Amino acid sequence: MDLLNALVALANFVLVPAVAYGSQLALGALGVTLIYGILRFSNFAHGDTMAFGAMIAVLVTWGLQAAGISFGPLPTALLALPFAILGCIVLVLITDRLVYRFYREQKAKPVILVIVSMGVMFILNGLVRFIIGPDDQRFSDGARFLIKARDFKEMTGLREGLAIKTSQGITVVVAVVAVVLLFWFLNKTRTGKSMRAYSDNEDLALLSGINPERVVMITWIIVAALATTAGVLYGLDKSFKPFVYFQLLLPIFASAIVGGLGNPLGAIAGGFIIAFSEVTITYAWKKVLTYVAPEGLEPSGLVQFLSTDYKFAVSFVILLIVLLFKPTGLFKGKVI
Amino acid sequence: MSEPVKNTLLFAVVAGLILLTGFTQSWNTAILILNMGLISAIMAIGVNLQWGFAGLFNVGVMGFVALGGLAVVLVSTPPTPGAWVAGGYGIVLSLLLGAATVVAAVLVATKMPKGRMQTLTIIAVLLVGFFVYRAVFDPNVAAIEAIDPAIAGNIGGLNLPVLLAWPAGGLLAAGAAWLIGKTALGLRSDYLAIATLGIAEIIIAVMKNEDWLARGVKNVYGIPRPSPVVGYEVDLQQDPAFLARADWFGLDPITASTLSVKLGYSLLFMIVLLVLLWMAQMALKSPWGRMMRAIRDNEVAAEAMGKDVTRRHLQIFVLGSAVCGIAGAMMTTLDGQLTPSAYQPLRFTFLVWVMVIVGGSGNNFGAVLGAFLIWFLWVQVEPIGLWLMSLITSGMPDGSWLKAHLIDSAAHMRLFTMGLILLIVLRFSPRGLIPEK
Repeated sequence: MDLLNALVALANFVLVPAVAYGSQLALGALGVTLIYGILRFSNFAHGDTMAFGAMIAVLVTWGLQAAGISFGPLPTALLALPFAILGCIVLVLITDRLVYRFYREQKAKPVILVIVSMGVMFILNGLVRFIIGPDDQRFSDGARFLIKARDFKEMTGLREGLAIKTSQGITVVVAVVAVVLLFWFLNKTRTGKSMRAYSDNEDLALLSGINPERVVMITWIIVAALATTAGVLYGLDKSFKPFVYFQLLLPIFASAIVGGLGNPLGAIAGGFIIAFSEVTITYAWKKVLTYVAPEGLEPSGLVQFLSTDYKFAVSFVILLIVLLFKPTGLFKGKVI
Repeated sequence: MSEPVKNTLLFAVVAGLILLTGFTQSWNTAILILNMGLISAIMAIGVNLQWGFAGLFNVGVMGFVALGGLAVVLVSTPPTPGAWVAGGYGIVLSLLLGAATVVAAVLVATKMPKGRMQTLTIIAVLLVGFFVYRAVFDPNVAAIEAIDPAIAGNIGGLNLPVLLAWPAGGLLAAGAAWLIGKTALGLRSDYLAIATLGIAEIIIAVMKNEDWLARGVKNVYGIPRPSPVVGYEVDLQQDPAFLARADWFGLDPITASTLSVKLGYSLLFMIVLLVLLWMAQMALKSPWGRMMRAIRDNEVAAEAMGKDVTRRHLQIFVLGSAVCGIAGAMMTTLDGQLTPSAYQPLRFTFLVWVMVIVGGSGNNFGAVLGAFLIWFLWVQVEPIGLWLMSLITSGMPDGSWLKAHLIDSAAHMRLFTMGLILLIVLRFSPRGLIPEK
């Protein structure tokens, strides 16, 4: 029995990665949920919006690096983030003006808007591949680790090391800042309140003089900022590859639905639920269990419930269970 | 212009485009486009059944297509010697145990009184069942994958004629669709979309990782051809009667044999397409088809008339998926190999959707037309893009960075173009090229 080492191993392989991944999913799911709450459709182009924002960040980062500008131990991509957000905002506003607004004025059925977002998804996907190509791009620099496994071992004298990557630390900090800002905006400012009112009851909001086009515009701006942030953080943590962002669509939607579509708090909770389940179910528990199990009873196999290739299955099964037993999600959906 | 004339013209235009490819590029390319166009048309009929007739939003087409491909391997390839004895029966047993676990959990959920005891029992049943399943499953899988891993390592098939694999692919896809529909069809349309998107990814993940089933990412090669309709080039080149015919056409034996093999496929695919199209047309005109459209247009009213909406949805979901499964089986037969990593959602799910929307959802002929047209564009946009890029960059100095980048990226124009076509059709002609009557 060696609880301390077990705990450190657990933190190193499960808790830290899951918290970082959960933050990224939560930011992505917030974007999906805001679109659903205000514009009332599931945006299939969200993954590719993230890819587009992250792509601008990668390009600006390369530019800054070429100009010799760096951010000390922090990745240069953080300096590029504001530019990327700006670029992404321009993109989504153009898309809204050219594509979505027409259907809004027609009061088209939500499913038509979903198909329209499929078209936008194709275009963005093509655009990103056209500009930066379909391959992996690395753009993280600065210090790689906050805590190195070896330093941790020397510091504590434990057998297990705990490594925290800079990108993981940044992910959590940036995500917390973004979420605090978002909730402050939604709950305290006049515009935020008008957004919530619009989401809650469109007709009443229109009656009380809220300008719907303004609400929609603000929503797109926030969504672009959230999507870009999520995309850049994910890219820093793993690596930037256009197709991966498309695949993130499933866990992101699962997070938003599990928490309750349209509910920002639910999106955050959903992101962490999905991330923790994915990591715990695909992690090989042998190491942790060997520390915890009594002498002679150590597991012989890897004690891995599912291979990591089945991580989509995990988010999917959770999604299905929640939909079957609690169709509005864990937090009541459809209120912002 | 009257309706039938316009539609015939549209089909003639697409046929002309394919013929033009034959005259200007090569007949090989033209027949390739025709063959994949035929398969795409069948997929489009499947999606049109679900979306056009019933308004079901299925974005898991890729999964059903892949299941059709899996069926080809399981039906038509020869069995791996010793695999069944080594672990095949064990795997079947473990899968039965797994199914029994789920059934037991469902029984507990329905029979036991609600409360904490019920939840705990369900979790206990699932956990015990899972470990028993893994205990039986894992060693058997290892045994099968150990057999000659360089060329086999899988369970193999039944060694039946490959044509039987086509209906089998439909059945496999239908079975999967029944399971999915049973759980997900009660949900709202957006949720069904996400659920089908997920199930398709899971099916691909299973096919990539379960090496014992169809060799996973090691791929299965050498799937038999549907002879005698489709022969082998080598045999044809030694057949004097064939050589005489090739000579009469003025073709050299090698070109003639490749063309003849491809045309054999075209013939088979055309028969399947015509049969399915006829069936879909009959279904559309029948009382059943009218009921489906009534349900699509107003579920509440249809329910008030005593129609069982959920059951009808399940029915058409299974039918449409089966059609996609048949198309998938045909495609794998055409390729002669199963490559799980080749299944991409943009290509196999969303492109089929573009076909249906552009052609005209709710109209079978529209779906078929859209399939041929979009597939033609999907193939031809790449050379057109390349040509366009070289035109744009012709003024730039050679060796410039931008010029190289633009020409390299021309290949990615096709996704962009497909999105643009979808958006333009949705905006200016939302009912498609051949609208529903």
